[in-house]
Amino acid sequence: MHQELVDLSRLQFAMTALYHFLFVPLTLGLSIIVATMETVYVMTGRPIWKQMVKFWGTLFGINFVLGVATGLTMEFQFGMNWSYYSHYVGDIFGAPLAIEGLMAFFLEATFVGLFFFGWDKLSRRAHLVVAWLVAIGSNLSALWILIANGWMQHPVGATFDPVTMRMEMTSFYDVLFNTVAQAKFVHTVSAGYVTASIFVLGVSSWYLLKGRHIELARRSIAIAAAFGLASALSVVLLGDESGYDATLNQKMKLAAIEAMWETEPAPAPFTLFGIPNQAEHKTDYAVKVPWVMGLIGTRSLDTPIPGIKELEAQAVGKIKSGLVAYDALAAYRAGKGTVTPEIAKAFKEHAGDLGYAFLLKQYTADPSKATEADIQKAAADTVPTVWPMFWGFRIMVGLGFLFIFTLGYFFYRASFRGMKFPRGMLVFAVALIPTPWIAAELGWFVAEFGRQPWTVYGVLPTAMSVSHLSILDLSITLAGFVIFYTVLFIVEMGLMVKYIRKGPYMEVEETERWMAKHEHRLRTHDGNLPFGNPAE
Amino acid sequence: MILHDLISLDVLRVIWWVLLGVLLTGFALTDGFDLGVGTLLPFVGKTDLERRVAINTIGPVWEGNQVWFILGGGAIFAAWPPLYAVSFSGFYLAMFVVLAALILRPVGFKYRSKRDGAGWRSAWDWALFVGGAVPALIFGVAMGNVLQGVPFHFNEDLMSIYTGTFFGLLNPFALLAGVVSLTMLVTHGAGWLQLKAEGPVAERARAIGSVTGLVAAVAYALAGVWMAEGIVGYHIVGPAAANAPSNPFLIDMARGGNWMAAYDARPWIAIAPVAGLLGMLMASLGLRRGWELGAIAWSKVGIIGIISSVGLTMFPFILPSSADPKSSLTVWNASSSQMTLFVMLVCAVIFVPIILAYTAWVYKVLWGKVTEDGVAEASDSVY
Repeated sequence: MHQELVDLSRLQFAMTALYHFLFVPLTLGLSIIVATMETVYVMTGRPIWKQMVKFWGTLFGINFVLGVATGLTMEFQFGMNWSYYSHYVGDIFGAPLAIEGLMAFFLEATFVGLFFFGWDKLSRRAHLVVAWLVAIGSNLSALWILIANGWMQHPVGATFDPVTMRMEMTSFYDVLFNTVAQAKFVHTVSAGYVTASIFVLGVSSWYLLKGRHIELARRSIAIAAAFGLASALSVVLLGDESGYDATLNQKMKLAAIEAMWETEPAPAPFTLFGIPNQAEHKTDYAVKVPWVMGLIGTRSLDTPIPGIKELEAQAVGKIKSGLVAYDALAAYRAGKGTVTPEIAKAFKEHAGDLGYAFLLKQYTADPSKATEADIQKAAADTVPTVWPMFWGFRIMVGLGFLFIFTLGYFFYRASFRGMKFPRGMLVFAVALIPTPWIAAELGWFVAEFGRQPWTVYGVLPTAMSVSHLSILDLSITLAGFVIFYTVLFIVEMGLMVKYIRKGPYMEVEETERWMAKHEHRLRTHDGNLPFGNPAE
Repeated sequence: MILHDLISLDVLRVIWWVLLGVLLTGFALTDGFDLGVGTLLPFVGKTDLERRVAINTIGPVWEGNQVWFILGGGAIFAAWPPLYAVSFSGFYLAMFVVLAALILRPVGFKYRSKRDGAGWRSAWDWALFVGGAVPALIFGVAMGNVLQGVPFHFNEDLMSIYTGTFFGLLNPFALLAGVVSLTMLVTHGAGWLQLKAEGPVAERARAIGSVTGLVAAVAYALAGVWMAEGIVGYHIVGPAAANAPSNPFLIDMARGGNWMAAYDARPWIAIAPVAGLLGMLMASLGLRRGWELGAIAWSKVGIIGIISSVGLTMFPFILPSSADPKSSLTVWNASSSQMTLFVMLVCAVIFVPIILAYTAWVYKVLWGKVTEDGVAEASDSVY
């Protein structure tokens, strides 16, 4: 019954979080693309750029509200479904969530209304500032959420307090400048920029294929390709940084991603292909590239990367060490917070492994009475299921390189080949639209599934983090979210398609006024007007 | 010197108790009128254009207002982790209903006028009604249950176990509290519509709001009498260790006596219920008489009075437990650590004034009435 509760809670979190992240990447990237377009508009005064801002802004808005709506669930479901987690780490984890509201979300949400409603009420410059504030707010939001998530991956700046029975913050600075969090932040927002760039590129390519809105489409491709290429390079670079951090801090996750069962002699090879065999702890049909893993993971030629078997053996030691802390904790409880100096000393030495003792709760109500067999089982639990990690990671990285290639190609054609794109590549760009979402969701999957069996790595097991709910209650909300979110998704996609088909709305008067004013200058350049027909 | 020791733990706890009240009040004052307008929507707008006027009075601001709710969640998580853990898992299904209703709002506002069909628009109008009325009702019901104590207890690991049911929340006193919050926010929303709309929309809002203001005042007074006569309070046994670590078991608490004892101990807090009652009555009068600025100002006074009266009456309790009074959460046993409270206070001191400043600027930019002509003219860009 408890396992079912844990599984349903995880399923619900995975579903609501992955659903939320269908909308977030586009918000992150499109907000910046739109603000960039508006900057060009304010600098040049060309109405076509305002038209672009309004068109992409409309799509941004349709997407944005679902990000906001599903974000509501995220803010409260830690308390709803992960009540013990909330108690245990709220002292640290709650802070970045609250600061996200104070510093970022307020900014973004307050100004997004003005972005859509303020065109006639604000000067051009003021409206531009509003657009940038929305973009900055969105991206700052991601920063604080990734600081919170980074702490779950690599819990620094906190210690366990035996009297309050929870983790408490010891250094806000460490939580803030957690290297894992910083690398994940840049990796995540860059992935959002790539998503938005591929989206803008794909939709614009569709217009070019249809011969519609050529001026808007070509300019949009120019922006998306340049912005997207830079971001795609940053994604891979920071993904590599994350890999390096994982070597230092989450060895088991890295080993699972690479299906590295044995500790290979340094520099370790990279397994390009293979079929991980969890039962026998080996990878069938492995195709290995020598040296590569050692170089990525350790940036050296002589540091070995521990394999799964070795890490599992180390976990046994940590569980036994954790049990010393667990016994001392019982003494704290019996003494209402006061213990002999010896016990306090023993607790302090082993408190870092306390979480490993909690892993035993799956097998025995009282971990201090655990048998050797229980300990072996708990140690085996520290190994995540390898094949989804192995393949999830490879598909994500493969897509990442595909994005670099595609965006690089379009950047080259836009910059040096006079904006002429072969039909085949335009069709390819349209077909590519859904793929950044696949890559982004896989990225989260690898990061979070690879953290199992922990909610906070090495500190709090997932099985202990859940709320004390009935299976019925959980099933009701899970079914509710599935139905509700599915309907909203269909509605959202319908509106997106409708507004893409409808195309941009041209303010004919403003365009004609601008063309009349600049006609002389425009004609002297090449004899032709930049747009054939303002009502195009 | 360690910076976060500058303010002692008990002082930080009281400050964060006040800030919790500020956040809840901030939410009720700003997003409160959005919820009220949502509830009023089917009744103040008979034609599509009238409904669009009502929606567009809050169109540009509801999103920022809603952040008070999200920030409230985050701040409770950061400053009062046990409260966050116990309340949201305890009120599990109720919370799900609130979230589902609130999720309807962003989509309703944004998507409603993006298609023309009458069925499409009317479906979203009802979604916006649910998105306004249901949370407004449930927040009051939750308050009513908190005042009576909630059936939860902690096990030895401080894992909270809730033993009540969803339908147990719908008891008579809690429903009365729900009526107070619903009518209070509808009155506030009516005050907003009177200010921002004109013609039939404003007229109907005034007619409804002048009644709901009276109902809110009467229901609130009735709840007060009920509290004095029929609701059992909670108290701390022995001296309260205001600097104790945040573990409920370190303070001895019991159920018994009456919440109203707080008014004997601290008579000055009577100002809160007086403001609550007076505010709602004057808001009702203001709507009847057509005081455009006065009515909404008085409904603000009423909201501040009503919400703060709950907190002041219960102090230092935040979430009493009816199943095991010794598990109750108070200001002295349910906070974050001194460091977290201090860090968060610094952030609040920096950012709350900035937030208030730019929010005020946005309201100033948007100042003025939303008219049918204006909505029809900008039909493609507004909600």
